[in-house]
Amino acid sequence: MSHPILSVEGLKKSYAGGMVALDDVSLEIREGEILALLGPNGAGKTTLISTICGITQPTAGRVTVGGHDTVSAYRAARALVGLVPQEINLEPFEKVINTVRFSRGLFGHARDDGFLERILRQLSLWDKRDAPIRTLSGGMKRRVLIAKALSHNPRVLFLDEPSAGVDVELRRDMWEVVRQLKADGVTIILTTHYIEEAEAMADRIAVINRGRILLVEDKDALMRRMGRKELRITLKDPIARLPDALDDFGLTLDSGGGRLVYGYDRQASRTGIVRLLSALQAAGLTVADLETRQSSLEEIFVGLVQEGAQP
Amino acid sequence: MNLTAIAAIYRFEMARTFRTLAQSVISPVLSTALYFIVFGTAIGSRIQEVEGVSYGAFIVPGLIMLTVLTQSIANASFGIFFPKFIGTIYELLSAPASFLEITAGYVLAAATKSLAIGLIILATAFFFVDLSIAHPVWMLTFLVLTCLTFSLFGFIIGIWAQNFEQLQLIPLLAVTPLVFLGGAFYSITMLPPVWQAVSLFNPVVYLVSGFRWSFFGTADVGLGWSVLAIAAVLAACLAIIAWIFRTGWRLRA
Repeated sequence: MSHPILSVEGLKKSYAGGMVALDDVSLEIREGEILALLGPNGAGKTTLISTICGITQPTAGRVTVGGHDTVSAYRAARALVGLVPQEINLEPFEKVINTVRFSRGLFGHARDDGFLERILRQLSLWDKRDAPIRTLSGGMKRRVLIAKALSHNPRVLFLDEPSAGVDVELRRDMWEVVRQLKADGVTIILTTHYIEEAEAMADRIAVINRGRILLVEDKDALMRRMGRKELRITLKDPIARLPDALDDFGLTLDSGGGRLVYGYDRQASRTGIVRLLSALQAAGLTVADLETRQSSLEEIFVGLVQEGAQP
Repeated sequence: MNLTAIAAIYRFEMARTFRTLAQSVISPVLSTALYFIVFGTAIGSRIQEVEGVSYGAFIVPGLIMLTVLTQSIANASFGIFFPKFIGTIYELLSAPASFLEITAGYVLAAATKSLAIGLIILATAFFFVDLSIAHPVWMLTFLVLTCLTFSLFGFIIGIWAQNFEQLQLIPLLAVTPLVFLGGAFYSITMLPPVWQAVSLFNPVVYLVSGFRWSFFGTADVGLGWSVLAIAAVLAACLAIIAWIFRTGWRLRA
């Protein structure tokens, strides 16, 4: 297992008035991984990122990046971090190349137009380098934010809702950029409302709600552990109601009586599928087709958040 | 010391100046030239000499101070307020740069711009009035120190302001009256004794007086007091900015 490049210990953030945005958050992020931080609106995702990056002051707790404390050794810690914020915060009248150069200089790096050209080409922005930012589309502006964050060659990159307001094609392009960054060894922490995005890219999933981390787990293990499998049985002849003999299986009648849905645990020693098929035959039902389906990360996420919201 | 960060902020701010040259440089120079025409040439020709100096020449240091003070405050306050307003402040707060470096970048850029405007106005003045500078090194020292000090003051206003109205509030309601009543257009010795005493509580009096001394060798207050006053304002501004960055007041949530 890779060692953690980012470590968060007992991080708390509360505001005057008693609102608790982060409640004893502890998290370790491994070098080179993509961690998707999921949570509903107001869960504390952006506050967590802002606190790690130094934009928000924590009430308590400690954060280290590459072993450097973000308070006592903030220069060394921040030099390793790039941030792509959720909002498109850009100086509208500045040229693309100048704003990216500014970011590189701000992080203490000497001007290197060759390096910036590679980044801008990678993000399909090279042709727009002399364009004022206000003339760019929303998707292009988001790419400029990424270029700015990459301009100082960070080892840890925070992407806060990178594909919000981006069309499907651009989103896929952005995924490709993220995969390339991972291949280059950059550690990526991604927040997103597109669970499909997390499912497609993340190595691990962290779920946060009401300022608390509900779980941090390997994505595949999570989906295996919590993902429900369904067997969908299409009947040759639709039925009006389930025969009494099938009551024990917890079946759902779907598609106007033409389909039965059976949920099961794939890891259980007995799934009950063979017994179900026998019972169907005994009940005189003819099976036209069989199909299995794994529940999505979105369904797992919704389940976790609802469970966490229970009093 | 992250000198590259200071240079990056400085270049970024100066680029804004060059993008808006008409508003940034030409407009204040034109306004001051109008003061020269109205007060110096038209009205000034009917006013007797003040402390042995023609009125047209007498108002030159005051006019330069008036413009430099307001421009320093306006440049620096807008420089830091705009990133707050459009949200790009996140980049400054997450960069490996200290408060000193961030402040230096913005303040040096604002001071450079107002210094340039001050020098352009001075050059313009030679076209309107007969002028000589008795102590050019002191003149330049006062000008640079004033640009830096009031750029720091403007930087504080920019951090404090939460909207455009607040950004204008202190310059309009406090700074402009203090400058106008600070002897920019007259010597405080021309005032009744009571108002002379009241004027001594106005820090701008000391700046204008010291600056005018560098031109004509005469002053309303002693040179030492002028130097002390500008040093005191400078120290106060630095202390406030250090506190702001340490506590994150109006910057960090």
